[in-house]
Amino acid sequence: MSSVAFVIIAILTLAAALAAATLQKLMHAALSFAATLVGVAALFFLLGAEFVGLVLIFIYIGAVAVLIVFTILLTRRDVEKERGANWSGALLAIGVFGGLMWAILKTQSVASVAPNIRSISVKRIGETLMTSYVWPLQCVGLLLTAALIGALVLVMEEKR
Amino acid sequence: MSKSVDQIFITAKQWLLGLLSWLTGAPGWVTQVVSILINIFALLTVFLTLFALMSVLERKILGRIQNRYGPNRVGPFGLLQPVADGIKMLIKEDIVPARADKIVHFLAPILIAAAAILALAVIPYGRNMTPFTIDGGILFFFAVGSTTELAVFMAGWGSNNKFSMLGAMRAIAQMISYELPLIITVLPVVMVVGSLTPDRIVAAQAEYTYGLVPRWFVFTPWGAAAFILFFVSGLVESNRTPFDVPEGESEIVAGHMTEYSGFKYATFFMAEYIGMFAITGLAVTLFLGGWHSPARALEFIPSYVWFFAKLSVLLFVYIWLRGTLPRTRVDQIMNFAWKFILPMSFSCVIAAAVWHYAGRGLRGWLWSFFVIAIVYTVLSMLLDTQRKFAPRVYRFAE
Repeated sequence: MSSVAFVIIAILTLAAALAAATLQKLMHAALSFAATLVGVAALFFLLGAEFVGLVLIFIYIGAVAVLIVFTILLTRRDVEKERGANWSGALLAIGVFGGLMWAILKTQSVASVAPNIRSISVKRIGETLMTSYVWPLQCVGLLLTAALIGALVLVMEEKR
Repeated sequence: MSKSVDQIFITAKQWLLGLLSWLTGAPGWVTQVVSILINIFALLTVFLTLFALMSVLERKILGRIQNRYGPNRVGPFGLLQPVADGIKMLIKEDIVPARADKIVHFLAPILIAAAAILALAVIPYGRNMTPFTIDGGILFFFAVGSTTELAVFMAGWGSNNKFSMLGAMRAIAQMISYELPLIITVLPVVMVVGSLTPDRIVAAQAEYTYGLVPRWFVFTPWGAAAFILFFVSGLVESNRTPFDVPEGESEIVAGHMTEYSGFKYATFFMAEYIGMFAITGLAVTLFLGGWHSPARALEFIPSYVWFFAKLSVLLFVYIWLRGTLPRTRVDQIMNFAWKFILPMSFSCVIAAAVWHYAGRGLRGWLWSFFVIAIVYTVLSMLLDTQRKFAPRVYRFAE
């Protein structure tokens, strides 16, 4: 049951990723990228990591995808024209893929049986974040607040 | 007796599933799938009926508010109006602009309706009546709701029309701004209950103080403030008057829906109403005690009746506001969000913490009321621009 679901989700995710890489119109590529992220979130759901899947949808579809789409809209003025294949990009992608495959195949964990991990509840994640990892959390919060204020300062109107 | 009436839908579903496995001898996973399908079917039936009812009642109530009759020609009291509207929408020509992006233009209404319907799934409609139980139900609601923004953008961009694009831009701007207070006002409830599951939140509001006043969160100072802020933010999220600038018909035709006709337009319309039901349903769940009855003596009335009664009251307020208030300006909406609603939402979180640590009793009640009152007074003093209303000066027209 779950392996069938995995194959279906994996095929859809890979198809969306391929579309994101190859589609001519930039906006179509961005929307396919959002579809890819939904597929990845579905994989997390399949693994029982509901919190991670939901946060992935929440942040990447609700915020990052909208940001990407807006960036495309606000920066590109030229009409998309036919371009040749991007050989250097393909080479780089193949290089990264090869490196990852090499690293994955070298590890032992692929061959061994997957350990039986209990799915972690949202409450457990929250408790861990607020006890063991409270300082990293505060640092991330500070960084994000600084980024927010920086963005506001950048777009603020000059007072005349 | 009242118990069996309360659980009548659950019993019916169990009986159906039992009949299925007895008749066909189907394995366990088939029964599971059928059970999910029954839930989906029930959800769609109830809310599409409610949508039809709401569309005609809204027009009738608006008519009463504006001192006219409203629809009264089709069927008794005009109640069959939605059927006529539905048939009209179905047989209309589906026009797609020649310069539109066909695929994106086609996918946008589907995505927006799917997101709206999915959000309905995690709300508990009665005792043991949550269609989709999930550990982080509240998070699921907002995660699904956040995809609406992308769908609105797809509608605006795919139509290749400047009115559509402007409408989509406005919609996304106000939806992103108000998503923040919407989530922050949910935080105090989640903090106090200690759970993201809607069922647990409803269960936490079950008891009665002194056996009289129900322990709904709306009766605490932080809960009341958070409920009002949540309600206003929900009004903005569902693009209703007075915050309907994305589809302001006097400026930009119909916003992101300008280039849609026939059934696709009906889908957008439906998604807007379903989204409204979802957000009011969540407000009922979080602050108004979910399906619990307001008094112990009234507990013989089934739980789902109470849920839908509370939902109807909130929906009536939506219609009432639409009939009463004029449309706000874009900059007013933005200023209101960032300068007033956001600081007030944060003060609700603090007030809830104060309420919790002061013992959740009368003392906590007074202390949290104090926090809310202080923040409100300071904010209203800071935001007072001292601007007096002067006679309007026309610069470009006589």
